[in-house]
Amino acid sequence: MWLFIVSDSLTFSALLIGYSYLRASNVWPTPFPFYPSIVFASVMTFCLLSSSLTMVFGVSASSKGDKAKARKWIFATIVFGTAFIVLHLIEWNHLMHQGLRPFYLPQTWVEVFTTTDGVPPSPLFGATFFTITGLHMFHVATGVIYLAVVALRVKKLKHEDVEISGLYWHFVDLVWMFVFPLIYIMSVDVGGHLPH
Amino acid sequence: MNAHAHAEEHFAGSNRLFTFIWIWLVVLTLIEILLAYRPMSTVLMLTILLGLSIIKAALIVAYFMHLKFERLSLILTIVPMLVVCICLLFVFFPDSFRSAGLRYQFKQPPPVAPPPVEEF
Repeated sequence: MWLFIVSDSLTFSALLIGYSYLRASNVWPTPFPFYPSIVFASVMTFCLLSSSLTMVFGVSASSKGDKAKARKWIFATIVFGTAFIVLHLIEWNHLMHQGLRPFYLPQTWVEVFTTTDGVPPSPLFGATFFTITGLHMFHVATGVIYLAVVALRVKKLKHEDVEISGLYWHFVDLVWMFVFPLIYIMSVDVGGHLPH
Repeated sequence: MNAHAHAEEHFAGSNRLFTFIWIWLVVLTLIEILLAYRPMSTVLMLTILLGLSIIKAALIVAYFMHLKFERLSLILTIVPMLVVCICLLFVFFPDSFRSAGLRYQFKQPPPVAPPPVEEF
C-alpha cells in the first residue's frame, strides 16, 4: 500500500503541477464565491478530516482486538466519505448550472475576467478543475467501497488489513489537503465580481 | 503495515493524541480559509498556503498514517524519493513563464477609431 500511495502521490503532484503550469501562463479566472463554493468546500474538508479521525479510531480499536467497535468507527468514516461525495456533486452541479464545461467558461466569467488589454481568461479552467477534483472524488468513492468491504468482513480480516485500508483513506484525505487550497482558496472571487 | 506479529499488538498513539492532531488540522484549515479573504500578493498567499498544506500533510502522514511510529528504513524508503521526484516535476516551470510572455507579445493591438476621411 505504501508503494501505491507513493505512485498515486506522484500522479496527483503531476496533475497539480500541470494545473499550476497552465495557471501561471494564462489569464486565470477566480470565480469561487463565498457561498456556495467556499462554504461547501470547507465543510467537505471538515468531513474528510473528521473521517480520518474516525478511521484512526477504528484502526486503534482493531489493534486492541475490538472488532465490533472497529466496524462502528469504519461505518462512521463511510458516512463522512459519502457526505463528502454528495456535497461535492452539489457543488459541481452548481458550477455546471452556471455554464462551466471542461473546455468552456460561462459567458459571464469571460466578460468579467478578461483583462483590460483584452486577453480573455483561459477556458482550461474547467478542464483542470473537473480532472483534479474528479479524480479525487473517484478516489473517495473507491475508498468508500473499499471501507464498506473491510467493515462488513472485519471479523474475518486480520488487523493488518484494517490498518492498510486506513492508510488508503488517510491518503485520500492528504491529497485533498493540497487540492483544496490550490483549486479553491487560490481562486476565490474576493471582490465579488461575478453575479451569483 | 510492518510485521505485526499479533493482532493485539498495541497501535501506538492514544485517541487523545489523534483528537489533538485533528484539532490542529481543523485550525490550520480555518487559517487557510481566512487567508483567502486577506489582501496580499498571489505569490505570498501561495507560499503560505503551500507551507500550511505541507504541515497538514506531514501531520496526517506522521500520526494518522502512523509513519512516525514505523521503522526508520520505511520512512527513508518513501519520503526522500517522493520529495526528489516532485521537485523534478518543477523542472518544466520556467517554460510556463516563457509561454506567458509569448502570448502577450503577439497580442492584437486594441481597436482604434478610423481616421476621419477628408473629402474635397
